[in-house]
Amino acid sequence: MESTILKTRNFNAFYGENHVLKNINIDIDKNSVWAIMGPSGCGKTTFIRCINRMHELTPNAHVQGSMQLAEEEVYEMNPVLLRRKVGMVFQRPNPFPTMSIYENVIAGYSLNGIKLNRKEKDEIVETSLQRAALWNEVKDTLHKKGSFLSGGQQQRLCIARALSMNPEILLLDEATSALDPISTAKIEELIYELSTQFTIMMVTHNMQQAARVSNKTAFFYLGELIEADATKTIFTNPKNEKTQDYIRGHFG
Amino acid sequence: MKQQQINKESETTGAMLRHIRIRNRKNYLFKALIIGATVMCTLPLLFILFYIFRQGITAINWQFFTSLPKPVGETGGGISNAIVGSILILLLSCVMAIPFGVGIGIYLSESPKSRLSYYGRLSVDVLQGIPSIVIGIIIYQWVVRPMGGFSAFSGSVALALMMLPSIVKSTEETLKLLPESLKEASLALGVPYYKTIMKVIVPTGLSGILTGVILSISRVIGETAPLLFTAFGNPFMSTDIFKPISSLPLIIFNYATSPYHDWHQLAWGASLILIVIILILNIISKIVQRKWKVQF
Repeated sequence: MESTILKTRNFNAFYGENHVLKNINIDIDKNSVWAIMGPSGCGKTTFIRCINRMHELTPNAHVQGSMQLAEEEVYEMNPVLLRRKVGMVFQRPNPFPTMSIYENVIAGYSLNGIKLNRKEKDEIVETSLQRAALWNEVKDTLHKKGSFLSGGQQQRLCIARALSMNPEILLLDEATSALDPISTAKIEELIYELSTQFTIMMVTHNMQQAARVSNKTAFFYLGELIEADATKTIFTNPKNEKTQDYIRGHFG
Repeated sequence: MKQQQINKESETTGAMLRHIRIRNRKNYLFKALIIGATVMCTLPLLFILFYIFRQGITAINWQFFTSLPKPVGETGGGISNAIVGSILILLLSCVMAIPFGVGIGIYLSESPKSRLSYYGRLSVDVLQGIPSIVIGIIIYQWVVRPMGGFSAFSGSVALALMMLPSIVKSTEETLKLLPESLKEASLALGVPYYKTIMKVIVPTGLSGILTGVILSISRVIGETAPLLFTAFGNPFMSTDIFKPISSLPLIIFNYATSPYHDWHQLAWGASLILIVIILILNIISKIVQRKWKVQF
């Protein structure tokens, strides 16, 4: 049986009076790629931001219910420690503009004041960049600023930065929506390869993308989790009518 | 019939051409006016620079920088005590104003809507409008009298108060322009909030903050009024921050209002030095702005 890494029970999220997520119950299994789908404003981004508690940056945000990461209650953990276990990649590439490529990858350690010697750093940088399929393109320019890279390369740099911390879950918030088709294809390929070592949850607006790279799909609608199942089942034989309508392009 | 039509057509094209010519002339006139206005605005500055240069350059030689003022009647003498005094006072006021100014700026940009930032912003604006002479007498009451005498320290407090608003403003404006995604990137890596601010946000906005600091220095370096009742002036070399000290604007004020020609010369020389320093500071701030600008 697959082991569950993230489990929510009756999970609710609010921004002030606004009830954004309603009674979410989901089990995320280890080493899988989950696609989070749904029309705009359905709470998908809020859901993954709740996992690393980034939604708390919004004033008046609060939650109810239980969310457990590897049997540990997320909302009883220190958010700083939680975020080291849950990596996140954003919609727009956001490498640190003052840092070189090398410093960007190692930033999770250096900014947190974790002391490493030269050899350990080199090793982390190389493996992270290789995992993010960026090593071959940047190995000669490691000490150049990260902002000189193309958008797609910057996004892979951000993935490498998140991977360097060896997160238990990697969250991708529409990570390819600001990129061109070729960069998107590269990142999709990358997600597929990473799924052997990491659990990945990606928010996407692109149904083809969800069908291509994910093996599980969750469909959100108006803050509710309508259906969560294997991607194949969702796309070929959805149980819920709303899912069916969305997949067929009737709304969204 | 046909001929008539052609005539009419050429007539209308002729009218159009005339119309275009008039419009072009209007354009030229407008352009000439705005260029003229710009040139006219730079002229006074050039005249001032030229005049001070002509008056001051004769006073400047090696001795001018290295020696102390001489008593009336003796030729020569310099303003070394004023240069050292100005540098000391400004360094001290930077030490006082930068941490507070940058700190307030960070707070204002981080919680732009809180009640405290509303009042903070208001007081900074008001502080900027307080006449420098008023700051001078207030510091006299608050620092000079309790401490028992004029001092470089009290002068620095006065100048620091005057530097504060522009440091706060430039820090706030710079940090506000940084994208939210930068902060998110750092927080999502598990970097605590204070480290995110100190190690990511501030370094990224450094060029803007530094520009503000340099400009605020160039703004207060020529301030005389707040120093009159605080640093007071000193004819001798002094590096003791708890003793009266000389400074460039003070020496200009004292010498220019004296009846002696030699001292007038020194005042012109000191004015030239002051203006050159301000010019250099402004150029440095432009370079910092351009060279250290962070690209996203």
